[in-house]
Amino acid sequence: MPIFYLFVVILDEPAAAWQAIWRPATLSLLLRSLALAVAVGFTATAVAVPLAWLTGRSDLPWRRGWTVLSVLPLVIPSYIGAYLFVSAFGPRGELQKLLGVDQLPSLYGFVGAWIVLTLFTFPLVLLPVRAAMRRLDPTLEDAARGMGRSQFEVARSVILPQLIPAIGAGALLVSLYALSDFGAVSILRFDSFTQVIYQSYRSSFDRTAAAGLAGVLVLVLFVLLAAERRVRARRSYHRIGPGSARITEDVALGRWRWPAVAFCTVVALLSFVMPVGMLIFWSTQSIAGDIDWSQVTTAAANSVLLAGLTAAVAVVAALPVAWLGARAPGRLSRVVDGLTTSGYALPGIVVALAMVFVGIRLVPALYQSLPMTVIAMVIICLPLAVTSTRSAVLQIPPRLEEAARSSGRSPLAVLATVGIPLTRIGILAGAALVFVAAIKELPIVVLLSPIGFDTLPLVIWQQSSRSFFESGAIPALMLIAVTAPGVWLLVGRQR
Amino acid sequence: MLNRIPRIASLSLAVLAVAVGGCASNGDGGSGDSKSLTIYSGRDKEYVEPLIESFKRANPKMAVEVRYGDSAELAATIREEGDRTPAGIFFSQDAGALGALGKEGLLKQLPTSILDRVPSAYRSPQGDWVGTSGRVRVLGYDSRVLKADQLPQSVFDLTDPKWRGKVGWAPTNASFQAFVTAMRMTDGEEKTKKWLEGMKANDTHSYEKNSIIRDAIADGEIEVGLINHYYVLEAIKEGKANGATYPVKILFFPGGDVGTMINVAGIGIPKSSTQQAAAEAFISFVLADPQQKYFADEVGEYPLVKGIAQDPSLPPLESIQQPDKLDLADLADLQGTQKLLQETGVL
Repeated sequence: MPIFYLFVVILDEPAAAWQAIWRPATLSLLLRSLALAVAVGFTATAVAVPLAWLTGRSDLPWRRGWTVLSVLPLVIPSYIGAYLFVSAFGPRGELQKLLGVDQLPSLYGFVGAWIVLTLFTFPLVLLPVRAAMRRLDPTLEDAARGMGRSQFEVARSVILPQLIPAIGAGALLVSLYALSDFGAVSILRFDSFTQVIYQSYRSSFDRTAAAGLAGVLVLVLFVLLAAERRVRARRSYHRIGPGSARITEDVALGRWRWPAVAFCTVVALLSFVMPVGMLIFWSTQSIAGDIDWSQVTTAAANSVLLAGLTAAVAVVAALPVAWLGARAPGRLSRVVDGLTTSGYALPGIVVALAMVFVGIRLVPALYQSLPMTVIAMVIICLPLAVTSTRSAVLQIPPRLEEAARSSGRSPLAVLATVGIPLTRIGILAGAALVFVAAIKELPIVVLLSPIGFDTLPLVIWQQSSRSFFESGAIPALMLIAVTAPGVWLLVGRQR
Repeated sequence: MLNRIPRIASLSLAVLAVAVGGCASNGDGGSGDSKSLTIYSGRDKEYVEPLIESFKRANPKMAVEVRYGDSAELAATIREEGDRTPAGIFFSQDAGALGALGKEGLLKQLPTSILDRVPSAYRSPQGDWVGTSGRVRVLGYDSRVLKADQLPQSVFDLTDPKWRGKVGWAPTNASFQAFVTAMRMTDGEEKTKKWLEGMKANDTHSYEKNSIIRDAIADGEIEVGLINHYYVLEAIKEGKANGATYPVKILFFPGGDVGTMINVAGIGIPKSSTQQAAAEAFISFVLADPQQKYFADEVGEYPLVKGIAQDPSLPPLESIQQPDKLDLADLADLQGTQKLLQETGVL
């Protein structure tokens, strides 16, 4: 739907759109944004894979706690994370006061955006990787060790290759997030594609230019998708032996125990403990202002309702897409993938305006109603559910389904009795991911929700735009608190 | 393998339809009678809500709804909605968003009875939007170290070496950027660029927002800073100090200097609105004396209607000269400004 809208707008004034795109500045903008997306994808993987292994497969002390902590950064919206980061490490920030120095190296621009986006998105890689690690068949590792390979060689040659689809899917989500993020890059003053698209709307009211640039972004998306597909291309990741896999065993860390704990501590401190600590500190200050508690609690209920509905619808919608992608990879699935992912990769404002344009013409009765808001949210969040479900589907041996089919069950019955139960964890994880993402969403709610339907991000935005960001601290904490059940679902169900 | 996919797909679609249909509400955005009014407000809820409450009290039978958002994004929404927009009123934080809609012919002509309430400088020359209150760019200064005769006469004087390291500004702030845009309009790109470079070379301190500049002056960190006129009033009202002893005072640059440009918030009616009568009633209400006084007293802005006094410590609006050659609707061109700010290394 967003792509259709972009077509309409661009075709309305093709010359102007072409003019907006065909500039040297566009190329450098594109390269910068791509560089950010790829860099964030790599660092998020570099943080997430060791963390996933430590919390998933090792005898790390307090593993349960680290497991939860490692996912919690997802509940912090990037705009809040970026603001907190600047307040802590930026000019005139807390760290500068603490050290009493005049100046710190500037963190605005690429580096700041890179660090912040990595910190608050790496769980998107960690979750699928950890889930995949736990579904691995340990006999493969045993066999490799039996042939005299060292632990390291086993990790490199046996474990890592099996994790590739999960890493690829997670890194793709992170990269696309970095590509479409507006909050963090605007606060950190990094001129990304999204930033410029927003500016076209906000300051020059130029929708043609914005649509042209968004169109380029869609092309970039297809390139990234192709790259990810190449990574996981044409291999099988399911067991072929009879019986079912043994439960994996934990690896003893030995003398690496405490360095591992230190690593986890640093990541947890930067990505969750410090931001939340600062929010708590601010909320105790007078500038937190007088909070209208009934407004905040209503907004919290609305947020949960909206994110819950979005998660439910997204999971159902994701099933066929995921199955198609896993079982029948081909041109059809590639197109479907591209279309469903575009909503996630495009800036929120573009999707919101697309829904305005299409919604009011197609289903005026539903315009600015809750169902339409949910649909728009699903468009934005669908890939989160799809990737999670798909990597689970990939690990089911197709023979199981074939066996069920040959015993005379209908395809639907096979899905209900074999497919869904076996991918249950993947589906639930997808639902939780969608929930966590949807609850943070702002532009869709601003433009499409029923009037008066306040959500927490809306309240945070209103509170902080009027004077101080700090006055949004209490609703921000509330947002983190109500997202926690989603996180619990994400980690609680993983054995 | 492939043959079951359509079935799965149709099943999912069915489930989707049920899920969505099940929670469908009656979302009628724009019913056509004059007894309802839908407002798209780019102005903060904090300031608009009290106005709405008193408007409702005055029109108890009218159903009034407000959608809050960013002015420019709401303008973009009204454009996408086209002739089906549910909005009866667009209440914008700045003239730029109204000007953009006006240029596309998406705003209704307003009756002269409404337009004439406001001086012509603060409304659309085409008569399709009207300003409701104004903000003035001023120079805040530390009255403990600077006497009136030591103050600069123009914003362009601040590049003088004697102000080195003593000036504060907020390059990311929207009001500041609107002011730089105005400077580009009135004094040209070249001169604006030179001024920005001069300011940067003069070691001007950057702050996140106006209120922090004000506090930095009060703390003696800098001597002067470019802010909006109401921040000093706000500090006094918040009880940071009483009016007499508060060290930060404000200077209005004389003679139509662009450093003292006035930007307005304003209202327009979308062209295809079906709520014209209610919308006009609302605009008249906002421009009536009590509401104009509300902007003066509670928001600290300048009322635009003649005869409504601003705080006695501030000069009357008539005495502030808007720079020549400044069309408020043109202030939308922030993109050029941001580019310039980046080229000069200010951002």
